[in-house]
Amino acid sequence: MSVVFSDAARRELEAVLSRYPDKEAAILPALYLAQREFGYLSDDAIVVVADLLGFTPARIEGVATFYTMYNRKPVGKYHLQICRNLSCSLLGAEHLIEHVSKKLGIRPGKTTPDGKFTLSEVECLGSCGTAPVLQLNDDYHEDLTEEKIDALLDRLP
Amino acid sequence: METVLTTHFANEQYRHVDTYLQFGGYEALRKALSTPKERIVDEVKKANLRGRGGAGFPAGVKWGFLPKDLSRPRVLVVNADEGEPGTFKDRQIMARAPHLLLEGIAIASYAMTIHLCYIYIRGEFVREAKILEEAVAEAYAKGFLGKNLLGSGFDLDVTVHRGAGAYICGEETSLINSLEGKRGWPRIKPPFPASVGAFGLPTIVNNVETIADVPWIVANGGEKFASLGVEKNGGTRLIGVSGPVNRPGVYELSAGVLLREVIYTHAGGLKDGKALKAVIPGGSSTPVLRPGEIDVTFDIESMGKIGTMPGSGGVIVIAEGTCMVRALSVLMKFYAHESCGQCTPCREGTGWLAKVVGRIENGQGREGDLELVLDVCDNMMGRTICPLADAAVMPAQSFIWKFREEFDRHIRDQKCPFGNKF
Repeated sequence: MSVVFSDAARRELEAVLSRYPDKEAAILPALYLAQREFGYLSDDAIVVVADLLGFTPARIEGVATFYTMYNRKPVGKYHLQICRNLSCSLLGAEHLIEHVSKKLGIRPGKTTPDGKFTLSEVECLGSCGTAPVLQLNDDYHEDLTEEKIDALLDRLP
Repeated sequence: METVLTTHFANEQYRHVDTYLQFGGYEALRKALSTPKERIVDEVKKANLRGRGGAGFPAGVKWGFLPKDLSRPRVLVVNADEGEPGTFKDRQIMARAPHLLLEGIAIASYAMTIHLCYIYIRGEFVREAKILEEAVAEAYAKGFLGKNLLGSGFDLDVTVHRGAGAYICGEETSLINSLEGKRGWPRIKPPFPASVGAFGLPTIVNNVETIADVPWIVANGGEKFASLGVEKNGGTRLIGVSGPVNRPGVYELSAGVLLREVIYTHAGGLKDGKALKAVIPGGSSTPVLRPGEIDVTFDIESMGKIGTMPGSGGVIVIAEGTCMVRALSVLMKFYAHESCGQCTPCREGTGWLAKVVGRIENGQGREGDLELVLDVCDNMMGRTICPLADAAVMPAQSFIWKFREEFDRHIRDQKCPFGNKF
């Protein structure tokens, strides 16, 4: 199945390209655009980015696989990324991860069968003063407790 | 105490240019644009402004590394990749006072004859990147960025560039490679970025807070900034306190504040009246301190004398009843995860540290394990292209040296006395 950038995404990519001295520097922004357009970075998405910028798919794949925020596999509608680093752990992150894991019925790294939730353990999110913290898709949720997480998950459509 | 950065942090409108202007915003830029460039660099030197990203390199000295020859364009890269565990201060600057950062960028760029700036912000800071981009648009609209700043004839373009999840990209040469569209592998130095940096051009990389300090330095003078701190470490710094304390958060304090005061006066001491067991002073890569060592001032020289660093200002407080082996295991997993893989001592070493410390925590420690860990540390420290290996070694060594009997007990009893949890 082939995927194609929308006109809007193409225009965004053009605007991005104008900010850098060469096309190579547009690789990270282009990967974000592709991930937004196609839901995740499939093999086809990698080829689209490669063709748009004039690099080999292998080159683009090399970049995409280095960074944690590029998803080479689909993620659920809601990607729950819970920090497991020191400050969050000291304030109960391990218990929260266990709690969410039990509630959703999946281990960290997995997606619920209905495709709604993906649960990931992540490293320091840079919000240690309001630990424990999770990132739900783009948004930070801070000062977490089991109750707060339950309320958050239960109200997600 | 005089504040340089946080004065208007509580004002939610301060991120908008109109409010920023009301409180004297961009006046320092106006002043700078009619000041000889060397004077500005001089003030930053007088300010004893040490880099706030963790390494503490004097900013004015770094600025002086650019070649005198202006034939090749230069680049300013602002390191907003805040990823050091325990550190959460740059996020506050970008979310609450983005124009302070932009004004600092404009002044620094003018002083160094730089017309191109990239703010490399960690990918997870989606909200902060949006706020920054809005501020950049506002600044362009009002002529504080773009062509002919405030009619001075000086041009400057600023672009917000998002990272995509990699702690290593906080290292300046890794960041440059990532900016260029590559895997975030650090580069061998020399050449230093000031000679060969982003896109092969002379580049200065500075932390967000370092740059954000510049407007105040220009407005009030380097000496005044220096006087807010101590002899070789001028100014205030943003210190973040996390862990089981009553008032976690970011505090703007003198660079010479006492660590004890940070924990007990500003952060309100430990929750439930618990005793202090250990404290990491400057982000996870800095050697841990015991309770008897907290009567040290936060500056680089004083902390250096007791074998640690104020680093990125991330104070992580550890209470009695916390398993130090488990705490170290969390950190070792982190460095193993974040190693870029380029250098064998780091790629293999961080893996072994995580594996062995993890085994010890799980009651499967063996006699000789601690000697093995310390031996691996020796084979990592100072033997790699970038300091990530050192960053993993410093907690490993300091935790084992200072809490040795706890590690010995895990191995001897073949179990974690704290029940494998925090």
